[in-house]
Amino acid sequence: MARSQFSCGRPMESTLRIPSVTGVDVELTIAGPGGRSYAFVIDWHIRFLAAAAWWFAGTFALAGGLRALRPGDLGPNYVFLVVLPSLAIYFLYHPVLEVLLRGQTPGKRMAGVRLVALAHGGTPGIGALLVRNVFRLVDALPSFYAIGLVTTMVTKNAARIGDIAAGTVLVYDEAPREALLGQLSARAVERLGLAQAQLVRELLDRWPQLGGGARVKLASDLLARAGVSAPSDEAALRAKLEELVA
Amino acid sequence: MSGAKGLAGAKWFEQRVAEWRSAGRRLQGIERGASAPPETVLEAVRAYPEIARDLAIARRAAPNGPLTKYLEGVYLQLHRSLFRPPTAFWRGVLRLFTHEAAAAARELRWHIASVAALLVVCVGAGAWLVGTYPELATLFASEQMIEGVQRGELWTDNLLGVFPSSLLSAQIFTNNIVVSLFALCLGVLYGLGTFYIIAMNGLSIGGIFAFTAQYGAAERLFAFTAAHGFVELSVVCISGAVGASLGESLARPGELTRGAAFQSAVMRGMRLMAVCLVFLVGAGVLEGFVSPDPRFPLAARLAIGLTYFTLFVLVLSGALGRFGRRARRA
Repeated sequence: MARSQFSCGRPMESTLRIPSVTGVDVELTIAGPGGRSYAFVIDWHIRFLAAAAWWFAGTFALAGGLRALRPGDLGPNYVFLVVLPSLAIYFLYHPVLEVLLRGQTPGKRMAGVRLVALAHGGTPGIGALLVRNVFRLVDALPSFYAIGLVTTMVTKNAARIGDIAAGTVLVYDEAPREALLGQLSARAVERLGLAQAQLVRELLDRWPQLGGGARVKLASDLLARAGVSAPSDEAALRAKLEELVA
Repeated sequence: MSGAKGLAGAKWFEQRVAEWRSAGRRLQGIERGASAPPETVLEAVRAYPEIARDLAIARRAAPNGPLTKYLEGVYLQLHRSLFRPPTAFWRGVLRLFTHEAAAAARELRWHIASVAALLVVCVGAGAWLVGTYPELATLFASEQMIEGVQRGELWTDNLLGVFPSSLLSAQIFTNNIVVSLFALCLGVLYGLGTFYIIAMNGLSIGGIFAFTAQYGAAERLFAFTAAHGFVELSVVCISGAVGASLGESLARPGELTRGAAFQSAVMRGMRLMAVCLVFLVGAGVLEGFVSPDPRFPLAARLAIGLTYFTLFVLVLSGALGRFGRRARRA
């Protein structure tokens, strides 16, 4: 059941295909080193700031102010209430949150990625999530996650050693946007066909980001395919397209 | 293509759009682990192949279109919801202690024996080295430790004067857990990293004991380690054995692919290590509360250490599971 994540010279995959009983594969877009690093940097800042905040707040509360402390100055209470919780926040952030948030952390959520099991595409089990975090010990070597980063660049599913060990993959998490269904009408599908209607809808969505020349060219092409004459000015072109998919 | 165009017509779109809207929403709760009424689950089971068919049509008509992406998302949510493995966390933990760790220990018995033999050989080598060339003690002990032993003081003598037991325990078991996991993880270097750590540990233990023996302090050092050492060293050997098995899975994957063999070895080893780490926490507590406390004589330390070790062996031999089964039958 377990599938290999080693690339052995094969190119990195961008899509993870999970076979389904229906014969229609579930497809997930694999997050590469970029998406992974982006999520990690966000998470690193969160855990560092949270640990530092606990440390400063605890020291302030127990020592009556922020000052340099030597071991033993404040006794075991300081260690148990301030030092250990701060270290726990920093080092247990990933395993605890990945288990509680079912394969995500705040950083992964912000980066739009999540962990899934390679075997079934669903949330990995607790054991797998803990295993991938244990292997951070190796992935983090020699420093700045160098081994982990290089491994994500050379393995098939952009997996670090922890992911290979646990059978997990980091994928882009695209929740279905229901608003899209409201933008496509049966009349537009009937008039243009499904593919054409979606192209017109996408062009209208991207209208503000496109340059003037591109807008006119794309809109004229689509109108020509639909057998509609294209007006010359941009506003009229847009109005014609809106009319087509209304 | 014309077939796909025909299927992906306005009638199909109009008929299916309501189903698409409701299907994704319906099972979001189940995917997060919440329970759902049976009729909702049955509706999802019915919707799953229908959405699959819709997705196939949409993929053929416009592979990268927004509707295809939307249906991919709905289909994925349904798939995750319906094929989510059952969760029984506490039953899993119980099974781990009564069956799975013992099964993994049985499978890894030769690895454990080999790593234990390596550790013993390295302990002997360390002892021989320091016994023959006393100046080599500096390889295994700091200058401060050496001066202390030369004055007749062990570095373990006044531990409780420096740290309270609770703090000492926390420090020790955290450190031991990190070292054990590190020895295991370095197995990815085809086992060489693991062997290095085991060998260094063995040489250090042998060297330190030989060095303290030269100043008549070996018995006191043994007394210090008697309560926690049996389990601690056993866990070191087991973590080394798991690391070696990871290395072996990479070097000799057998009929599996290298990745699948590695993953299988990791999962088997981690089941064993999870139980070992719990015992390691206990050993850390003993090392913080019993080992540095001069009120415990050697006999008491040995009794505690051997009792704890026996419990460890009982769990890893599967005797706990067998006892449970017998009790249930009775």
